[in-house]
Amino acid sequence: MHNENQSLIFELTKPGRVGYNLEPLDVPELDLADLLPAGYVREEAAELPEVSELDIMRHYTALSRRNHGVDSGFYPLGSCTMKYNPKINEAVARYSGFANVHPLQDESTVQGAMELLYDLQTSLQEITGMDEVTLQPAAGAHGEWTALMMIRAFHEANGEGHRNKVIVPDSAHGTNPASATVAGFETITIKSGEDGLVDLEDLRRVVGPDTAALMLTNPNTLGLFEENIIEMAKIIHEVGGKVYYDGANLNAVMSKARPGDMGFDCVHLNLHKTFTGPHGGGGPGSGPVGVKADLIPFLPKPVLVKKEDGTFHFDYNRPQSIGRVKPYYGNFGINVRAYTYIRTMGPDGLKAVTEYAVLNANYMMRRLEEFYDLPYNRHCKHEFVLSGRRQKKLGVRTLDIAKRLLDFGYHPPTVYFPLNVEEGIMIEPTETESKETLDAFCDVMIQIAKEAEENPTIVQEAPHTTVVSRLDEARAARTPVLRYTK
Amino acid sequence: MKHRYLPMTEQDKQEMLATIGVDSIDALFSDIPEEVRFQGLYNIKEAKSEAALMKELAALAAKNKDTAANVSFLGAGVYNHYKPVIVDHVISRSEFYTAYTPYQPEISQGELQAIFEFQTMIAELTGMDLANSSMYDGGTSLAEAGMLAAGHTRRKKILVSGAVHPEYKDVVTTYAYGQSIEIVTVPTKDGVTDIEALKGLVDDQTAAVMVQYPNFFGQIEDLQTIGEITHDAKGLFVVSANPLALGVLTPPGKLGADIAVGDAQVFGISENFGGPHCGYFAVTTKLMRKVPGRLIGETVDEQGRRGYVLTLQAREQHIRRDKATSNICSNQALLALAASVAMTALGKQGIQEVAKQNIVKTRYAKNAFEAAGFEVAYQGAHFNEIVVKTKKSVTEINKGLIEKGIIGGFDLGRVYSELENHALIAVTELRTKEEIDALVAEMGAYNA
Repeated sequence: MHNENQSLIFELTKPGRVGYNLEPLDVPELDLADLLPAGYVREEAAELPEVSELDIMRHYTALSRRNHGVDSGFYPLGSCTMKYNPKINEAVARYSGFANVHPLQDESTVQGAMELLYDLQTSLQEITGMDEVTLQPAAGAHGEWTALMMIRAFHEANGEGHRNKVIVPDSAHGTNPASATVAGFETITIKSGEDGLVDLEDLRRVVGPDTAALMLTNPNTLGLFEENIIEMAKIIHEVGGKVYYDGANLNAVMSKARPGDMGFDCVHLNLHKTFTGPHGGGGPGSGPVGVKADLIPFLPKPVLVKKEDGTFHFDYNRPQSIGRVKPYYGNFGINVRAYTYIRTMGPDGLKAVTEYAVLNANYMMRRLEEFYDLPYNRHCKHEFVLSGRRQKKLGVRTLDIAKRLLDFGYHPPTVYFPLNVEEGIMIEPTETESKETLDAFCDVMIQIAKEAEENPTIVQEAPHTTVVSRLDEARAARTPVLRYTK
Repeated sequence: MKHRYLPMTEQDKQEMLATIGVDSIDALFSDIPEEVRFQGLYNIKEAKSEAALMKELAALAAKNKDTAANVSFLGAGVYNHYKPVIVDHVISRSEFYTAYTPYQPEISQGELQAIFEFQTMIAELTGMDLANSSMYDGGTSLAEAGMLAAGHTRRKKILVSGAVHPEYKDVVTTYAYGQSIEIVTVPTKDGVTDIEALKGLVDDQTAAVMVQYPNFFGQIEDLQTIGEITHDAKGLFVVSANPLALGVLTPPGKLGADIAVGDAQVFGISENFGGPHCGYFAVTTKLMRKVPGRLIGETVDEQGRRGYVLTLQAREQHIRRDKATSNICSNQALLALAASVAMTALGKQGIQEVAKQNIVKTRYAKNAFEAAGFEVAYQGAHFNEIVVKTKKSVTEINKGLIEKGIIGGFDLGRVYSELENHALIAVTELRTKEEIDALVAEMGAYNA
């Protein structure tokens, strides 16, 4: 265990050291005071580090060793789809013709990039069963909001601007209600039933002439397929609302069920989950939105189209568009990675992805059900949720179990989510893990369950092997220190 | 056929099915109603081997004219700057790029500390009290600033300078519509925000005034005066600033800004055909609890060792749901890391030297254009962009330039009807005297 604090880069500074070099100025030297207005020449230099190139590499290498990624070990973080991030994706995204292209170059000079985006759009239409796709949204939440803005524009165009309610199940990701608020809607939360699925009676009770949309994740965050989806879509459509598919869990149903066939009017995808754009420590993502025909006029501008002569074009002449949701055309680099992945897998591969993702989750669920409570005991899809309430009675919280897993080199599952499970432990293995990995993790989970009975202290005081122990989050929030000061 | 990302063997599968108690994988999908079950396979292109796919996509990439093989004078919000080679080495460490959001701080100290350092560097450069861990890009960051301002002031009107990046302004407008916020454009005069017009537009309903620094035309705005006008009306002053320019320009925090936003693409991030880039968001302390997105804070562990955690999370969507300050979840963490490495490499000295080279080389280009008989539209102080009037369509000129290996400036006529035949020319530290001279000469051929 390290006892010394890891240095901040600012603490390594020694005045006079540099980590860069430039060509000497080859035009006449001028004085900034002659080029800028009085008062606009910076007087106090920004205190950036002064370190050598090797200092920088050592510093960030040291930091990287204090971080756990998918390549470091198993990462069964529920609802996050922490699958392997293929290295070919990284290589292709760095091709100079993709990485070093400016978004405002003349279209004739970027046809290769546009062709890739168009082919990706077309593939995602097929995968989702939608009529058109925009690649502009930068992340899942951004896609949710984009789609809701389109739904709002659709209702307004039909003289139904009074529709201001968006219905969200209690098991939904927090971004769903937050996106509804940002798009100017009010959220109505509906309960899940005893079976973990949306309660149809509760849904019927809340719909009405003010219903703008229902946002649904399917399978839901319990990893359960909403079997009544056709009926739910019917309930919403009958009152004139739109049904929105949160594609966070698409990994569970690829080639098995398409949102477009299930009655959904629009969908967002997380290309950084299902389609292997790496998570990057929190981003960047990419959150394309697919829509059915009646929402097409409202797509964000510009829309990428293929002209009759086979060339690609950004169409800005979209009078009913909600406008632009992001400068330029989306997180292109992530879209390149997702496209590379789709082309690597092909139709057979994507089907196998879902089958193994679901097989793996069900296998783990059955191996663990004896040792942890399983609130919803039926086939799951790509993930499942255990409850730590049995261990809680022994004084061991789900948080403790998560921290104990760190001692074995695992990233813990998502915990305390969804909100409708007490002491929830949400496990998503993904398809890229081997049976040996799943078994080893299950063995450790079983060991921790036994420790909770026989030696709870070792769990309660975990982690024991990490570079820091549990951190004082209350202190961080009470007296915020958000930057280094000398 | 076995796939290299899918490790399960037939034997594994059979053992697992036996444990589950079903005889086929299909049985696990029996909960999907028959009428919505997708039959068969997606109609997408067949899989390709690694080598064949790399070859195909390399050919596709080669169809594009890139800024490495050509000489670029195109900026307009995205710039061709020096990218230290170490940036890619650091962000290629898979401990960083294959990690999720650092929700488990004990095994995420690397990411958390790196982003804490990013927050510090952005706060230093902007002169603001604090910065968040990143936003999608400069445009959405500006839009979020507008929403924060409207919420904070409980006012529903935002004044946006006509010299703000037009695509940023479009994004602000889209977000504002969702929040029923009115957007009013402040006219420009001589390439900068028209101060007199601004005075006439600011009122007691003004939530924020937004300007860009340097502005879309490369000009330096009078932040001091605009900030005073804004504060007299009790609105928030929002500045979208190029953080590289702040190496030599007085930072927004010293000139009255309440919120400073922008894009850190200028620090070690490739153009990437428009994304991913790296939005930043910085504020004064009084707005700390209204900031969108993630914040990293310093604390200690049980043994008193320094450590970092996600903090003030009560602002965020996963806690507050429909009451959150923003819906942002994923951000641009990996690009924030890239920008941190680049800011560190440049360091205290380098950022000044690079920023100054941008100004001085741009001034050289301005003089060269004028000497060659071109009119340069605005004569105020500039950073690394100038507006050059042409006699022919800029788009047409650019089609000729690309044949000579030059990516020309942005055609302002694409956005502003009154600026037809005006090119926005960006000159960064990477452009040599020889390249600038060649640009002027080549464009001169169209100016006869």
